[in-house]
Amino acid sequence: MRYYAYYPGCSMEATGAPVEKAIKAIAKPLDIELMELEDWTCCGSSPFSGVDKVKAMAITARVLAQAEKTGLDLVTPCSSCYTILHEANELMKDDHKLAWQVHEALTSVGLNYNGTVKVRHIVEVIYNDVGVEALAAKVKRPMTGLKVACYHGCQQVRPEYGYDDREYPDWLARIAAALGAEPVNFPLKAKCCGSSLVISETDMALELIHKLLENAADNGAQAIVSTTCPLCHTALDAYQSAVNGKYKSHFNLPVLAVPQIIAVALGLDFKQAALDGNVISPRKLLSPYLNSKIAAQAPAQKAAAG
Amino acid sequence: METKLKPSFLDEVASIPACGKINECVQCGVCSGSCTTAAHWEHPPRKIIAMVRAGMKDEVLNSSSIWYCVSCYLCTARCPRDIKPANIMHALEAIALKENYRPPTKTTTMYRSFARSIEQNGRIYEFGFMLEYFLKTNPFAALKMLPMAFSLLTHKRMPLLPKAVKGRHQLNQMFHNITTGGSR
Repeated sequence: MRYYAYYPGCSMEATGAPVEKAIKAIAKPLDIELMELEDWTCCGSSPFSGVDKVKAMAITARVLAQAEKTGLDLVTPCSSCYTILHEANELMKDDHKLAWQVHEALTSVGLNYNGTVKVRHIVEVIYNDVGVEALAAKVKRPMTGLKVACYHGCQQVRPEYGYDDREYPDWLARIAAALGAEPVNFPLKAKCCGSSLVISETDMALELIHKLLENAADNGAQAIVSTTCPLCHTALDAYQSAVNGKYKSHFNLPVLAVPQIIAVALGLDFKQAALDGNVISPRKLLSPYLNSKIAAQAPAQKAAAG
Repeated sequence: METKLKPSFLDEVASIPACGKINECVQCGVCSGSCTTAAHWEHPPRKIIAMVRAGMKDEVLNSSSIWYCVSCYLCTARCPRDIKPANIMHALEAIALKENYRPPTKTTTMYRSFARSIEQNGRIYEFGFMLEYFLKTNPFAALKMLPMAFSLLTHKRMPLLPKAVKGRHQLNQMFHNITTGGSR
């Protein structure tokens, strides 16, 4: 069992609820324990940096200070939280004035941060700590024949984290392949969905989402496997009908957050995988897999045993 | 006679965390060429940086351009001088809000509603924050969003009540500490 401090981020309590539920469902089978921070508050995300940078870094630092007390790596599924938590860590190392202001603010509420927390994205944890081979060995329902476009989005890989390519990452396709699915070519996999401005610049965001859906469909994808970012998942899933309305298109692409497709492959049912929370229902597409008999022993395990 | 030294617009921007390297920009244009939303910018990122360095404060802050940044960080990942254009755009947004500029964009209202949601609840209360935004901009635009909101509601993805956490008191205390200049 591996232990992590866990920061879900605000969206996971609302639009990201199905992604969150699926993460909790696969944690145990993947031997990871996500220990949610107590009384956590918003990280500020990018909009708060557009209001006041020092205050933004201070509220991000509150999350880091809470995580530091646990002595564990801090894992988040939200790409926006991931980027800003990383940024606060980096900026406070270089900018002593900022570090002092944040320190004073934290001290005023009895907190302290020494800059030791390692911030990690849950997809990276699944890829590096669980590992694709171990994941493949746990598969009870191979997703054979399912053509998927794997979408990383922007902030999971940018600005710079050193885990994977910043513009043409590969993690999700490798994870999907480990589950038996067939990743299709998807050139726009690390382009932005625009969801940070989907409320105020709806048309612009719909244009970006339309490009992504079109690119996935043109390459033969039957579904999108999205990163765990609740903003990406909601943009592609819940806004799909709005895209169809604006562009007179007929997309009906289920958007499976990566923990959802992992859950199905591990043998969990439709509800456990939180697929009933998806606006574009994947029930029809996944029914051959969901109805397939769960292999008593996964093929890879058999090979290892044999 | 007393002479007051007023920091230039460039100094003001460069003093904001993550923006210190703005002087090292070589105007190569990789940021504008990479920008996901450049087509919507009256002045694309490279030009904004040039305008800041030329001291064109009112022109920069009265324009809607910077408000189209979606924080995708392509510019920042590619910048050969490591000047972090996305951070500069957010720094400019913060100056515009603080000094009450009124650029023709609704994103200013969205950001203010977002920040208020954090102050009030400690976490983002998505439904409340969107409601406030639409009431302040164009309540009729909210009608267009109704089908989507309804589908999120029926899929249990849009709680109607906020979940105010205790930590919000700490956040507000921290904000107060920063506004008043800390313990000094």
